[in-house]
Amino acid sequence: MIEIKNISKSFKDKQVLFDISGTFEKGRTNLIIGASGTGKSVLLKCLVGLLEPDVGSVLFDNRNFTNANKNLTTQIRREIGMLFQGSALFDSKNVEENIKFPLDILTDTPENEKIEKVNHCLELVGLEKINKKMPSELSGGMKKRVGIARAIVNDSKYLFCDEPNSGLDPLTAIKIDDLILELTQKLNTTTIVVTHDMNSVVEIGEYIMFLHEGKKLWEGNNKKILKTKVKELNDFVFSNKLMKKIK
Amino acid sequence: MKKFGKYILFMISLLERREKFKTYVSLTINECIKIGYDSLFIVSIVSIFMGAVTTIQTAFNLVGPLIPDYVISLVVRDMTLLELSPTIIAIVFAGKVGSNIAGELGTMRITEQIDALEVMGVNSSSYLVLPKIIASLLMFPILVIISATLAISGGYMAGVLTDVITGQEYIYGLRYEFNPFNIPFALVKSYVFAFIVASISSFQGYYTSGGALEVGKSSTNAVTNSCIFILIADYILAQVLL
Repeated sequence: MIEIKNISKSFKDKQVLFDISGTFEKGRTNLIIGASGTGKSVLLKCLVGLLEPDVGSVLFDNRNFTNANKNLTTQIRREIGMLFQGSALFDSKNVEENIKFPLDILTDTPENEKIEKVNHCLELVGLEKINKKMPSELSGGMKKRVGIARAIVNDSKYLFCDEPNSGLDPLTAIKIDDLILELTQKLNTTTIVVTHDMNSVVEIGEYIMFLHEGKKLWEGNNKKILKTKVKELNDFVFSNKLMKKIK
Repeated sequence: MKKFGKYILFMISLLERREKFKTYVSLTINECIKIGYDSLFIVSIVSIFMGAVTTIQTAFNLVGPLIPDYVISLVVRDMTLLELSPTIIAIVFAGKVGSNIAGELGTMRITEQIDALEVMGVNSSSYLVLPKIIASLLMFPILVIISATLAISGGYMAGVLTDVITGQEYIYGLRYEFNPFNIPFALVKSYVFAFIVASISSFQGYYTSGGALEVGKSSTNAVTNSCIFILIADYILAQVLL
């Protein structure tokens, strides 16, 4: 479980996040949604420690990450797996080396076990026999899958996904969503997904936090979101014609 | 001053939260190949022509009945060891290796690969930059030694082939009143310059923000700043050590 308490963040004079609190439970897909520029990615970066909040704290299973000493910070970070918006695969390493990387760096696992784990993760994300391919040889969807495989290879307890569907066609986007949901349930991770993709919201939003201009305006799940009376959320959810027709 | 402070903190961060020793060994070997072996061709070409041109130009300026021919190779030797090999090759090194380091780290930064390392709990600066600095410190002095050898050989070839000096006189000039301190002086310079190029280029690349345009700017800044600091360090070392 991840808790955030009263998170605020500014860049120079511009405040981006205002007093955000919430709880992201284990074993379910937690979504942070909102329009572009509302502070979703900044909040995610505060959660994983890439940015330090000005005020407030982040707790990973009751361990305070924000004011943690270097050892605890490293320990918690080693329990985190993250899928970046652009996949962030290491260009100089092939698929196998990319996925194996956390094991190489963080563990003393024997080489044959590492390869087994890599193959198992590739199987989980629906990719096989691409071990020796370089990231430049992969499609956008394949890169995302390899990114997910790298995020889970070290038995991560916390899985973060930053806009996992961006740049993907609708069919591949649905597959990635299903994969995130499936892995969350199978591996019992605390999963947080930042997205503005309405399909993801409807498909996998077991808990949804809606941000608007840096403030948390609403929280709930994918069943409640379609019946919401919050104007800003309504505008966001029913912004396209298809959703308006459904409404 | 703010940037200098940031640079110092960056250098300190290289030594914090280091990974396993064997991780650095393999990374450093890879960097040695990229930084040292891959620079051999350009260093060789520059050095041979540098020595050849120095010989011809010295001969052109020193023609006179009172000046013996062996002075040409004496000048080539001292210029090569004291200045040309360490400094000119350092500038070539900044152009080739420095821009490469800044471009590589800058691209890793804007494509979130550095963030990915940090999220995994890896000290990205130490993991990415320390091997580059160690490899530069190991390889650049070797490149300077190779460069000096090739420059003096290039001078010999140019001198003999164009008949400005005989082979015997060239060798005599090389050995005439040789000051052995010039070699450690050249090596001290090479260590200082290697550190300047690797650390400044890494710093520029590591703190890139934005997109492709900024990566290009970081590479340019890496070369420009490295060259400026090489020349400043060159003057200070000459003043202090000679």
